[in-house]
Amino acid sequence: MVADNVLSPIGKTTAGNFDQLKKSVSGVKEQNKPTVSPKPFFASLFNKDDINIEAGRTQFEQLLIDSISDALKNSYIDPKDKKTILIISSTKGNIGLLETEEYTLELEKRIALSTSGRLVAEHFGFVNTPIIISNACISGVVGIIAGMRLLRTGQYENAIVTGGDVISSFILSGFESFQALSPKVCRPFDKSRNGLNLGEGAATIILSTNKKYAKNIKVLGGSVSNDANHISGPSRTGKELSLAIDQSLKEAGLSANEIDFISAHGTATPYNDEMEAKAISLSGLQSSPVNSLKGYYGHTLGAAGLIESIISIQSLKEGVLLPTPGYKESGVTQSVNVVANIQPMTAKNFLKTASGFGGCNAAIIFGK
Amino acid sequence: MPAENQIISSCVIEQGTVFKDGSMLFENKGADLAEFLLSIYQHFQLNYPRFYKMDNLSKLGWLASEVLLKDTYEKDQYQPEEMGLVLANRNSSLDNDIKYLESAKEIASPSLFVYTLPNIVIGEICIRNNFKGEHGFYIQDSFDAGFIAGQVDYLLNNNILKACICGWVEVLGQDYKAALYLVEKNQTDKSVPFSIKNINSIFETF
Repeated sequence: MVADNVLSPIGKTTAGNFDQLKKSVSGVKEQNKPTVSPKPFFASLFNKDDINIEAGRTQFEQLLIDSISDALKNSYIDPKDKKTILIISSTKGNIGLLETEEYTLELEKRIALSTSGRLVAEHFGFVNTPIIISNACISGVVGIIAGMRLLRTGQYENAIVTGGDVISSFILSGFESFQALSPKVCRPFDKSRNGLNLGEGAATIILSTNKKYAKNIKVLGGSVSNDANHISGPSRTGKELSLAIDQSLKEAGLSANEIDFISAHGTATPYNDEMEAKAISLSGLQSSPVNSLKGYYGHTLGAAGLIESIISIQSLKEGVLLPTPGYKESGVTQSVNVVANIQPMTAKNFLKTASGFGGCNAAIIFGK
Repeated sequence: MPAENQIISSCVIEQGTVFKDGSMLFENKGADLAEFLLSIYQHFQLNYPRFYKMDNLSKLGWLASEVLLKDTYEKDQYQPEEMGLVLANRNSSLDNDIKYLESAKEIASPSLFVYTLPNIVIGEICIRNNFKGEHGFYIQDSFDAGFIAGQVDYLLNNNILKACICGWVEVLGQDYKAALYLVEKNQTDKSVPFSIKNINSIFETF
């Protein structure tokens, strides 16, 4: 790990975001945006003047560019080096254009994620064609895993993994049709949880195999699995997420008791949190402290895995375990150790999990 | 250097034709895409009611996987977590995104919304075959055999998977193409090396 950035409605840098979280500042609030929804809804969204969108770019592309710029500023990585690869994760990219523009062949090309990829790559002068991942809500974690593997094979020396999503009426109406949205701020793992909040954001993590970073925090292992059960509902047993966790532990060479905390997906839908609690328990991690950051950021889709990994890395560095906003009383059938209050910690390794539509699950382990 | 992985079988569906391992098994030219997909389903006497719920991208990918695996892959040959998928396309789920947005002007339909993700086709193939291993969906301007090969080789050579289905599944309006490959470590009498040259030459079957 060389450098990182979190760009969200509550901060423009990782440090800026972490300071806000320590003060319990959340981006989730009631929004009145008729272009997104005719009625008010709870979400974490950027204000118009938060981002300066340059001509020829969409908000999605501007977010990626701003996030990568800040991460690069804190590193000596050269995007123009042919040993550097750019990886972009997004669930829906520029889909919002479908609502505001007339459908033409030109728009079709504009919406394609490879167009955004090219635009971002050209801005920084990347010589390699970027790798683009669109694998629902695990895209961000898959991006980091893909980066880790490309570096392990020696094909590249540096990987810049970025991701982002913007909330449009397309996305909001879809989650609403599933009755998956909470009418208030979401409450992960809580007894009274009743759905998720959506959120906007982007994040970037830079990985390198260069020896000068050998003492930094590392990606120790990662894995992806599929429920093979249902397209829109998670596994009933949690067995498949648990498989991904176990495989990640194996790859990291760690046992369950060496995981000092877990940054869960914790969307606050009844089924997701129950499934995750079962998976955590199946993998023997029931005593590890667990948090979900969704009460701060909402569900930031393709950025979620990146934002939550980076914030957790910051937790590891500062020795501060963040709570799960909205959590009071356990509402899952397995006993898991959900963190309710901010606390100091001495930690070495943590696990990040994510799950999404299509039955996908991902797990990744970071450590000192 | 581990021994080169092997393409055990391939399936290409394009321009009203279905090819398996280089031989044309079915042809139905002139039909629109939805009719063509249904005619493949009927021709191969498939019986899977979920098929009718899928969007065209999932139907195409699912049909290609059925033809690919038929008489080639024995069900439960490997453990569920030893089977995985690496797929790519150009336009993500845009074909169904347009249909969803059109429907949402009246009432947003959850059954259409769920197909507004490209990786749903992976989920459908996993559900059908009880595959639970590694998978990923990538967006590429055009088919990048080198990248796909790199991903699959990593998964097989590091013993993360025993077999992997990989390739391209693209649908937008009436334009479509599927090219799937079943890749394993061991050579069979019909297998060909999983080389970029072979991947591309199968991709250009038609």
